[in-house]
Amino acid sequence: MYSQGLIGADGRTTESEEFLARFQARIDAEEKIEPTDAMPEGYRRTLVRQIGQHAHSEIVGMLPEGNWITRAPSLRRKAALLAKVQDEGGHGLYLYCAAETLGVSREEMTEELLTGKAKYSSIFNYPTLSWADIGIIGWLVDGAAIMNQIPLCRCSYGPYARAMIRVCKEESFHQRQGYELCMSLAFGTPEQKAMVQDALNRWWWPSIMMFGPHDADSQHSDQSMAWKIKRFSNDELRQKFIDATVPQAEYLGLTLPDPDLKWNEEKGGYDHGPIDWSEFWRVVKGQGPMARDRIKARKKAWDEGAWVREAALAHAEKRRARKMAAE
Amino acid sequence: MVQTTPLWEVFIRPRNGLSHKHVGSIHAADEVLALQAARDVYTRRGEGNSIWVVRSADIHASDPDQAAENFEPTADKIYRHPTFYDIPEEVGHM
Repeated sequence: MYSQGLIGADGRTTESEEFLARFQARIDAEEKIEPTDAMPEGYRRTLVRQIGQHAHSEIVGMLPEGNWITRAPSLRRKAALLAKVQDEGGHGLYLYCAAETLGVSREEMTEELLTGKAKYSSIFNYPTLSWADIGIIGWLVDGAAIMNQIPLCRCSYGPYARAMIRVCKEESFHQRQGYELCMSLAFGTPEQKAMVQDALNRWWWPSIMMFGPHDADSQHSDQSMAWKIKRFSNDELRQKFIDATVPQAEYLGLTLPDPDLKWNEEKGGYDHGPIDWSEFWRVVKGQGPMARDRIKARKKAWDEGAWVREAALAHAEKRRARKMAAE
Repeated sequence: MVQTTPLWEVFIRPRNGLSHKHVGSIHAADEVLALQAARDVYTRRGEGNSIWVVRSADIHASDPDQAAENFEPTADKIYRHPTFYDIPEEVGHM
């Protein structure tokens, strides 16, 4: 899970016109770029940042859901949630590996996350207050991520595209288990229905903000589109997501918390009310209710795991030396 | 100096009869842990029945700048391909 909204991409690049034109011709011919190929520095930098943010988002995304594993109401739900959280960890690892092919090390990326230098999707800076949040996250947050990630499977950078194919295969389970969970609450007791409506009210706006700023305000999109790192604009994907989600909410008998949401016959899609971008930027900059907790939890895991990493390396070294001596 | 955990490339055989195929990479201290991590990360849904891990540092790759001299000859030696030779239809499938 994660979405668009690459924060602070910097596609500036200083290569010769001729080099850039040759590279662009390869992109335009839909050739995939592989790790050892020559590429503009701006292309490499944009990808390192985007794949890094994406990987961090998967890893931090384990925290809001992990919060509910011990309190899942049945073994079936617990098994599903454990599997989903494990998948998110796996997605983070596929993506870190894709970023490492661009010459950045895992240690550097981890350090950037822990010092707050690297960003991750702001959606994970909201708290998961009730069990219904787990259903809503699967349905909306993973749903929004799928909208964004399917086009990333055709990204011009080979290792990123291949990682995304694996991720997308697994995301579908995430969204479906979330929607099914929402169904069980929406069709349950009045209290359960109120609980899932409350969760929807809190997550709807953050979810549609996951697609990032409006196209007119998205400074770095054009270069990413030209390089085919990105295939659709933020607003196009947001529109697709809203159009897909409205009937799903209707089926559940739930109300999306936007009074201006209405069908626009002319464009064949829904119009939505204004988005509070000041909140989006506040949360991106680390002022979300949970921002400090998230990084604290990652730091704790990293610091307390240090002895395990060291012991594993020491053990490997000892085994290697013993084997050498025997030979 | 802090030692870094080495990188391994992971290859998986989806089922018997197929070759192992590169699926990604993993960090691990040694081959035992690399195989365990590869299983957890790359085979959560029946993706295969056999795993190979190879230290990334042990892989030698061809130089992309030499791709032209390495691989170009196949394009201009069309006589290496069966369709270069015309066989009359009467002869039948060959």
